[in-house]
Amino acid sequence: MSKKKEDLSVDAFEYAAPQNLQDAVALLAEASGEARPLAGGTDLIAQMKENRRSPSLVVDVKKIPELNVLSYEAGLRIGAAVSCTQIAEFEPVRVHYPALAEACALIGSYQIQNRAALGGNFCNAAPSADAVPPAIAYGAALVIAGPNGQREIPAEDFFVGPGQTVLEKGEVLVEIVLPSPPPHSGAAYLRFIPREEMDIAVAGVGSFVQLSPDARTCGQARIVLAAVAPTPVRAKEAEAFLTGRALDETTLAQAGELASQAASPISDVRGSAAYRIELVKVLTRRTLGMALERARG
Amino acid sequence: MRQAIELNVNGEPHDALVDSRETLLDTLRYKLGHMGPKEGCGNGNCGACTVVLNGAVVNACLVFAVEAAGADVTTVEGVAAEGNLHPVQQAFIEHGALQCGFCTPGFIMSAKALLERNPNPSEPEIRLAISGNLCRCTGYDKIVRAIQAASQALSQTA
Amino acid sequence: MAEYSVIGTSLAKVDAPERVTGKATYGADLDLPGMLWAKLVRSPHAHARIKQIGTSRAKALPGVKAVITAHDLPPLPKGATAPLVGEVSIDMSAIREIVMASDKVRYHGQVVAAVAATDPFIAEEAAGLVDVDYEPLPVVEDVLQAMQPDAPLVHEDLHTLEEATQEKSGQPSNVSTHMVYTRGDVEAGFAAADAVVEKTYTTQMVHQGYLEPQACAARIEPNGKVTLWTSAQGHFTVRTQLVTLLGLPASQLKVVPMEIGGGFGGKALALFEPTAIVLAQKTSRPVKLVVSREEVLRATGPGAPAVITVKAGATQDGKITALTTTMRYDAGAFPGSPVARGLLVGLAPYKLDNMVAEGFDVLTNKPRVQAYRAPGGTPAAFAVEALMDALAAEIHVDPLAFRQKNAAEEGDTLPLGMPLNRIGLTQMLKQIETHPCWTTPLEGPHRGRGLALGYWIGGSFTSSAEVKINPDATASIFVGTVDLTGTRTTISQMVADELQLDPQDITITVGDTDSAPFADLSGGSRITYTMSAAAHQASQDVLTQLKERAAEKLKVSIAEVEYQAKRFWAKDDTRNEVNLAELARESVAWGSGPIIGKGSTTRMQPAHAYAAHVADVEVDPDTGKVTILRYTCFQDVGKAINPTQVEGQIQGGAVQGIGWALNEEYIFDNGELKNASLLDYRCPVALDLPMIETVLTEVPASEGPYGLRGVGEVPIVPPGAALANAIYRATGTRLYELPMNPERIFWATRGNGTNGSHGANGSGGE
Repeated sequence: MSKKKEDLSVDAFEYAAPQNLQDAVALLAEASGEARPLAGGTDLIAQMKENRRSPSLVVDVKKIPELNVLSYEAGLRIGAAVSCTQIAEFEPVRVHYPALAEACALIGSYQIQNRAALGGNFCNAAPSADAVPPAIAYGAALVIAGPNGQREIPAEDFFVGPGQTVLEKGEVLVEIVLPSPPPHSGAAYLRFIPREEMDIAVAGVGSFVQLSPDARTCGQARIVLAAVAPTPVRAKEAEAFLTGRALDETTLAQAGELASQAASPISDVRGSAAYRIELVKVLTRRTLGMALERARG
Repeated sequence: MRQAIELNVNGEPHDALVDSRETLLDTLRYKLGHMGPKEGCGNGNCGACTVVLNGAVVNACLVFAVEAAGADVTTVEGVAAEGNLHPVQQAFIEHGALQCGFCTPGFIMSAKALLERNPNPSEPEIRLAISGNLCRCTGYDKIVRAIQAASQALSQTA
Repeated sequence: MAEYSVIGTSLAKVDAPERVTGKATYGADLDLPGMLWAKLVRSPHAHARIKQIGTSRAKALPGVKAVITAHDLPPLPKGATAPLVGEVSIDMSAIREIVMASDKVRYHGQVVAAVAATDPFIAEEAAGLVDVDYEPLPVVEDVLQAMQPDAPLVHEDLHTLEEATQEKSGQPSNVSTHMVYTRGDVEAGFAAADAVVEKTYTTQMVHQGYLEPQACAARIEPNGKVTLWTSAQGHFTVRTQLVTLLGLPASQLKVVPMEIGGGFGGKALALFEPTAIVLAQKTSRPVKLVVSREEVLRATGPGAPAVITVKAGATQDGKITALTTTMRYDAGAFPGSPVARGLLVGLAPYKLDNMVAEGFDVLTNKPRVQAYRAPGGTPAAFAVEALMDALAAEIHVDPLAFRQKNAAEEGDTLPLGMPLNRIGLTQMLKQIETHPCWTTPLEGPHRGRGLALGYWIGGSFTSSAEVKINPDATASIFVGTVDLTGTRTTISQMVADELQLDPQDITITVGDTDSAPFADLSGGSRITYTMSAAAHQASQDVLTQLKERAAEKLKVSIAEVEYQAKRFWAKDDTRNEVNLAELARESVAWGSGPIIGKGSTTRMQPAHAYAAHVADVEVDPDTGKVTILRYTCFQDVGKAINPTQVEGQIQGGAVQGIGWALNEEYIFDNGELKNASLLDYRCPVALDLPMIETVLTEVPASEGPYGLRGVGEVPIVPPGAALANAIYRATGTRLYELPMNPERIFWATRGNGTNGSHGANGSGGE
């Protein structure tokens, strides 16, 4: 008989806290049942309590040095287990990647941000993950370690569906790598929630704009939508539309309309599909405006 | 699976044999007798279980006890130093910032942590800092005022 | 009025130190030696016949000590009642079904069995091993659908009670009670009106949202007597219910009140305690039962939703000529919605010469509703106060002036028939006229200001107090009233002033049912009000006894003894004195013995409470999201015994009302709650709110030693309409449905979406 949903406790599982990456990979690769890495646990533990996930092995990755990297040199490297608070407070993130800092400061409460890790926000693969759109908008890549060594993929290729990623058995997300933002570029992330805090995004949009060298038109744009499709999605038509255009209010609003065509939302307790489409238009316009302002310095 | 862990709670070392399924909140309450942190939701949405884990406020209901092996934990019971109430606690009493009191331990921890990282917070900063703590009795008004008063009291003694 | 030195001051809560240090002990904090953990098994269907319950797999799990079903509860004849408060009784056979369903489940999450095991993980696992065979039945979820003749029946044997005639309908129905109150001639009244507005308003099920999930523990003592610890709003009330439910005499039940983490009406009934006791009896071990937040939201009993039609007419100069209303309240799966209270609260602010007020108590396959702060009042006031705003706008009369023109006064008759004693509505409305929250222009686009009134009748019922003088001349107060809101503090303040003692020299204890004097449950804004009479009486009793003894020592008659500041003296000879310390010490040395004063009250007149809220909002036209810019609460409190606590009550109640108005709602799918977490059931967080300003009016109540009125209920009543009226001025669109969440406003302002009940209202603006 299946467990009932109101059961707020957890099925039995084994717990391990390896000190290095090789051991973590080996534990995950050799597990007989479902195995899950545990970073901040703010999603995984909640899901285990609600019996939405019931791994038989939990591998705590917080003790692994590679997953605790946080540095800014040629670009930004964020270990998968680094907490949202650490990211939001890291000076280079505040200066060079404000959209990511803002998104990390949006996730849940202080209590949640002190635990929740950016890697967890990716691996949980919720369509509504707040830190993912700005990371993709900044052009993030993900470093993945597995039984067959390491590989690196564009962040936007990581997601398969709600709660599902490309990670193979035994693979661990090690690091999120963001390139240095080019000159005359800016980004912003906004989400819409009914309250001011503690809600899951009804819709979210992360936008990145790089101006042309003469700063009069848009050289390149990236628009990433959250909570309006099974995975975070790029609004590529809207991006293409913006490229080469002068960014006035009308153009931004048109981009919003185009971006909404990339959305394929569902209706649920947080909002109807039709409302989410409307929100994408508003949030796209607003984030593009903010990104533009930042790009102009 | 059971595992023996050691942890420091309010400066005192403790040993506990914990089930892997047990949360830090379960262990604090039912193994170590620290009933101050409360379980209001069990899912990180109400903040009644807020404790300081290795220097950072967390929801104890969203930490497995095994994760906290070797950690330093401060609960609301550890806030009053040698029996003297902390200025935040004093301000909550003086400003009527509590009614039923079930959420109060969590608010005390969040407020104290806020004033440690930002001694002079604005009203919006205070409201943001306690947005992970639900209170259903007070409407938050007197809680915000108490934290403002505690901020003043602390800056005068500093 | 007398001058007081402690009453009227904001004495710090006497129980605050233990709360800020985490030492206060709530139900879940109990840890008894050898204790077992209980877990409830709940129905995954909203409506189903229970064909069979198999407990053998659960019982076989190591560590499981008992598994029970409804058959293990003592049998109870259908319709068996227990007194709840005063003359009000409650159908305990319905409560028994909520405790544990016998033959049929009528809402999703209804309890069907319970287990007790040596640890919570085993109890959890065992609950999953109880095999229940259900035959699902059609579900009726919507109150209007439930009233249709072909609707699935929640109870096949329930017939509509016509309240006026006390007759029952021939056909079974989901309408449990129908009531009509009439006055004057509404047809003539509408004919005399220059404008008539009629609208239908809808509200959703909401939860009280107390932070502490229900928790209790039971132990069977060696002599067979039951000790029960519980976080409930009234431990005597729990005991009374257990007497009927378990067939035990009150003398065999000791109920110990634990600190309670909020109740707001939702912890009045003994829904969990019988299970803990029966499991303890079966296992001969203490059993603790703590429910999860998800169980709290799914199945403990939320606040009632309603569909309310209001029609009112007024003359050009702003006088209401007639009003009719039909209020349909959803009781959930068992009768007992607060519809009568809805009729009363909605209409009580107005003089109504011509009126028809009709109410329906309707059953659906949803959890049985429980009281929630001013039960029934919030949906009713949302409807009536939004309609009054629309009617005033229709005849171009200022909304405040319109209320002033029609405000009820002392001597007027309330809609359900009772005459009003002294009230402060007119004085309170006068204060709004000149207050900056009303006179300051609200500038900027997408902004609007709204006003709405609220009312609560105030509770009475039984309260008692004992005041004892200790041998060292300090005093101890002993009560049976659970402290939800700070009543230990206010009672202490009253006794301090009556005995002229320093509050530091007074202690107060809420005792268990074996030792404390009887009290009805804490609710309905009744404790501070009724305890003012009981504590005053007990204090006077103490003073009389002391004066008797002083008179003896002073060798004068008792009438000649004066008392002040711990000194007694003869009226005509101030040097002839005896002090309190001496009398206190001697009271346990010889003579008449300890000094124990007693006071009690069973029935006081209502201390009617009126409130008005003024809200300023800004609405984001792109998303529909409301930001509250300013929020001010006016309230006639009679006399603020402790202004800080009064303000706290008003602020907390207003914010619960704001949550109900803007974001809180139960979302069902075929009877299953889809948002059973505090993530998706959206109570306001601190960042959602401004400071909540309070303005107190003090018009003394007709009864009671200090003129105070209960303050807790009424602040939850006005916010729905205050915000709806503000949103109308910000957007030009009237909202007919709560919650007025961003999406609902977004579509309403674009002329789409349901916006209220079933398309009854036509387009938004007027």
